[in-house]
Amino acid sequence: MMSMQSIYLLIPLLPLLAAAIVGLANHALPRWYAHVLTIAGVAGSFALSVMVFLDVLQGHTYNGTVYTWLVSGNINFEVGFLIDQLSATMMLVVTFVSLMVHIYTIGYMHEDAGYRRFFSYISLFTFSMLMLVMSNNFMQLFFGWEAVGLVSYLLIGFWFTRPSAIYANLKAFLVNRVGDFGFLLGIGMVLYFMGSLDYATVFERAPALADSTVSVIPHQHWSLLTMTCLLLFVGAMGKSAQVPLHVWLPDSMEGPTPISALIHAATMVTAGIFMVARMSPLFELSDVALSTVMVIGAITALFMGFLGIIQNDIKRVVAYSTLSQLGYMTVALGASAYSVAMFHLMTHAFFKALLFLGAGSVIMGMHHDQDIRHMGGLSKYMKITWLTSLIGSLALIGTPFLSGFYSKDSIIEAVKLSHLSGSGFAYFAVLAGVFVTAFYSFRMYFLVFHGKERWRDLHHDAHGHDDHDEHHGLAPDQNPHEQPWVVTLPLVLLAIPSLAIGYLTIQPMLFGDWFAQVIYINQEAHPVMHHLAEDFHGASAMAIHALTSLPFILALSGVFCAWLFYMQMPQIPAAIHQRCRPLVAILENKYGFDSFNEKFFAAGSRLLGGKLWQTGDVTVIDGWLVNGTARLVGLLSGVVRRLQSGLIYHYAFAMIIGVFLLLTLFMKV
Amino acid sequence: MNALQIDLISALPELFVLTMAMVVLLLDLFIKPGARGVIDSMTQLTLLGAAYLTMTTASQGVGYAFSGMFVDDTLADVLKLMIYVSTAITLVYSREYLIQRHMYRGEFFALVLFAVAGMMIMVSGAHFLSIYMGLELLSLSLYALVALDRDNARATEAAMKYFVLGALASGMLLYGMSMLYGATGSLNLREISSSLMESSEHHSVLVLGLVFVVAGIAFKLGAVPFQMWVPDVYHGSPTAVTLFIGAVSKLSGFAFVVRLLAQGLDVLAVDWQGMLLIMAVLSIALGNVTAIAQTNLKRMLAYSTISHVGFLLLGIMSASMNGFASAMFYITAYVMMSLAGFGMILLLSRKGFEADKLDDLKGLNQRSPWFAFMMLITMFSMAGVPPTLGFYAKFTVLQSALQAGFIGVVIFAVLMAVIGAFYYLRIVKLMYFDEPKDNTPIKSSTQMKTVLSINALALLLFGLMPQSLMSLCAYAISHSLQ
Repeated sequence: MMSMQSIYLLIPLLPLLAAAIVGLANHALPRWYAHVLTIAGVAGSFALSVMVFLDVLQGHTYNGTVYTWLVSGNINFEVGFLIDQLSATMMLVVTFVSLMVHIYTIGYMHEDAGYRRFFSYISLFTFSMLMLVMSNNFMQLFFGWEAVGLVSYLLIGFWFTRPSAIYANLKAFLVNRVGDFGFLLGIGMVLYFMGSLDYATVFERAPALADSTVSVIPHQHWSLLTMTCLLLFVGAMGKSAQVPLHVWLPDSMEGPTPISALIHAATMVTAGIFMVARMSPLFELSDVALSTVMVIGAITALFMGFLGIIQNDIKRVVAYSTLSQLGYMTVALGASAYSVAMFHLMTHAFFKALLFLGAGSVIMGMHHDQDIRHMGGLSKYMKITWLTSLIGSLALIGTPFLSGFYSKDSIIEAVKLSHLSGSGFAYFAVLAGVFVTAFYSFRMYFLVFHGKERWRDLHHDAHGHDDHDEHHGLAPDQNPHEQPWVVTLPLVLLAIPSLAIGYLTIQPMLFGDWFAQVIYINQEAHPVMHHLAEDFHGASAMAIHALTSLPFILALSGVFCAWLFYMQMPQIPAAIHQRCRPLVAILENKYGFDSFNEKFFAAGSRLLGGKLWQTGDVTVIDGWLVNGTARLVGLLSGVVRRLQSGLIYHYAFAMIIGVFLLLTLFMKV
Repeated sequence: MNALQIDLISALPELFVLTMAMVVLLLDLFIKPGARGVIDSMTQLTLLGAAYLTMTTASQGVGYAFSGMFVDDTLADVLKLMIYVSTAITLVYSREYLIQRHMYRGEFFALVLFAVAGMMIMVSGAHFLSIYMGLELLSLSLYALVALDRDNARATEAAMKYFVLGALASGMLLYGMSMLYGATGSLNLREISSSLMESSEHHSVLVLGLVFVVAGIAFKLGAVPFQMWVPDVYHGSPTAVTLFIGAVSKLSGFAFVVRLLAQGLDVLAVDWQGMLLIMAVLSIALGNVTAIAQTNLKRMLAYSTISHVGFLLLGIMSASMNGFASAMFYITAYVMMSLAGFGMILLLSRKGFEADKLDDLKGLNQRSPWFAFMMLITMFSMAGVPPTLGFYAKFTVLQSALQAGFIGVVIFAVLMAVIGAFYYLRIVKLMYFDEPKDNTPIKSSTQMKTVLSINALALLLFGLMPQSLMSLCAYAISHSLQ
């Protein structure tokens, strides 16, 4: 029997090993090695994660250092694991979704030239994400944080010959840099003021600093912890795509669909949520930070949902839905309902991965046409995809008894109970978001799976070329077909938790003592969870009660509107489109974030860079300093060499002068 | 001290080398012109024997000979061993060059051995007179070596200049020594030191003497403004002799400074620190700046030597154990670098062709990628690019100067080193990016190629692991200076 410590070590290392072998050997190994090795690695770490989870259920947690990288002064840079309920849950989610995506990829990528590279990347991603969640210190957290960012960058630009993919991965990279800069500053503040990078030590020392202030600008005193928390949250905003750092996530859909499911929906983007939950002892000490978190989350939840309504690319609809759901989680964090956020994170991981993989299956069925306006009636041809996508959509909109219902309803209740400033707006936003979510989800569902088979009316020009990477789509006389088992099996396996996991785990996760040791809540200041528990009378009772509640009615009306607009009377959306031109324009421009960034930040920094290059580099540095020095030295050199006249009496004279010089300087009579 | 103490055991290596020099000279008369290899081998064996003797005497601790005029301490032993090794390498590099130019004669080897003996005496000198005697033995041998190719106008001119200026410098040195004798009443370095410790009256006489002694030292090392002979002599001498003057003899120059200033006149440190500072700054500046304008490789290396001497003085100027140790490290690195640099000229030269122009290095990479790489290492090391030995040499010297509080000088030296990097890197550029001018294949003995390769690779190896060399220097210094 292995010791638990070596199991902990194996969990991240198995995928790393697989990634290294597949990535480095690349074409030296047969193609099937790529998926066999990586799936074996991830399956191994999933199995071990289950073991660890069961062990944690017994109450065995672990916090220890595995390896000391370097010691500098009093600061230790270490690799260490903190295995508790929080990380065990995340490990389970990450490895399970990752395993599903690995299997699915066999089908999705089987024609792609970068097959091995892709498997290597997603295994590397699994390693990085596990390092992030298992960390017991900020240094390793940051390592994992950056590593997942790197893999995400590589995967968004996976099809690196497409200009749009390169644009998208650069954008993701730059926007994340903004977030990571804040995050790094936050870590720097933690290190500077608390003198440690170790979670436990930092959390222990934090309460003593609750009243300290720092003054960054003279005469301005800011609360130390508020500032630290806000900076850390900037990191979370980047990674978890909160307004205004959300702009990269929709574009990240340029990557292959499996990674949209794994990285940009289920796991990596939730790293910010996980991080804030992990830092609950810090965030609990600052009401300002919590309010900010809540408001930012509420804005993201509602306004990104609106954008989902007007998207026509199937993956972008799901992407905006992800943004909106991440907003929900953030709102829960702001309401001090960390466990609810984690709960939603978990349920969302399952149904959103399901929706993405379903979308991928549809895309394959449509021969890589992603426009939902070209689809319709697919339920006839792709039964499993249809059913599982329906389950995913129902879970997403919060149908009672399904997993999304429990988590989302808990969030809405928690916000309702919160008394922090901004909670009123947040409550409105999450409530309105329910309708919006239902509307865009079922708009997509109806357009894809029901109604007319619209691709038959399309005129395809230049069809039949065999470049897999290009969007081409179905010919009018072709039928979409269901995908092989490697694609449908993950759909089915993900549909099961999407249906049931909420019902099964709400009791222990939210109201039991599952997270009690891990997440710290200041009960007196933020009694949200306490009140929530008082109102909870079992999972079934909650679902039945919800049938008469406002959120359910909103969701139902959202579905009804979508059915009415897109199935029965397609003239209504067209009419709205006509009447509300300015509103539609705002939505189509995504509130102008992109063009603002493009015009202000991108053009501004290009302008600044150009000016600095012109004046600073070309004129001052190159012109004066570099070439100027060179010219001066050359000139000097030409003069000095003339001193070497070749005449011996000049030489002797120089020596005598030298002696005189020394004598005059050093003789003190 | 009055009783005559002639403890010859301590001076055994010197006596052996001197005897062998005469044997070589005599033997040469009876050897056919075609069999000069015997002389060569004998010289190498002499160095080997001297090394063996030095090792055996080294194990006996500090020993004095000739009534305390001669000392055999760790510093002397280490430096002597370095002299043997670098002389042996010089002889390997020189062989073919000398054969091609009809200079492969007994005189060369005898003169080299006499010069080695002179250096050994300087290194072991504990008395003004013994040091002076060693210096003159070395210098006279060198004058003759420079003029060895006596039909060459440039060489004779160089020898003449070297001799006249050397005589002037010797005069200054002797004058300074006599002043110091007048002020302290002794010629023995230890006695001078202790007498200065007791009283520092006659300060102006002491400084007067010191200035002249420093001038003599500066001439020997080639520090500005006593450097004028360096480019002409380096350029005019046969390259094999340039190699000997440029590399090996600098070891004795180092010993010369340490013995006189650090051991004998340590009390006057405040005064000579200032003098060395001025000369160091001037040398670094002038050496680096003038080297840029050179088109002759030997001349360029001559100016490069001047700037290296500046760095060496920077270490000595710190006047601390650390500073002396880093200066010793620097001189060792310098000797290895110049051996490799001049060795490369010797490798590329052939009958009737000197290969001492910068243009001759053009496109070396196409002619011989391996030796282009060796030259690259050498140039990087001279420029002080990590991780070569030259980097650590500069680094330790600057560090000790920094510890002694000379921040401004250190910054200046670093800036000048950047200028210096230009002409070293220009050689790299010529080798790798220019078209070769001639494509004559590089012919040389395996022995020379091997030694040269080891020489250049050692620059890299010691750069990666400078610790052993550094601790050797620190050990030698700390066990010999109080």
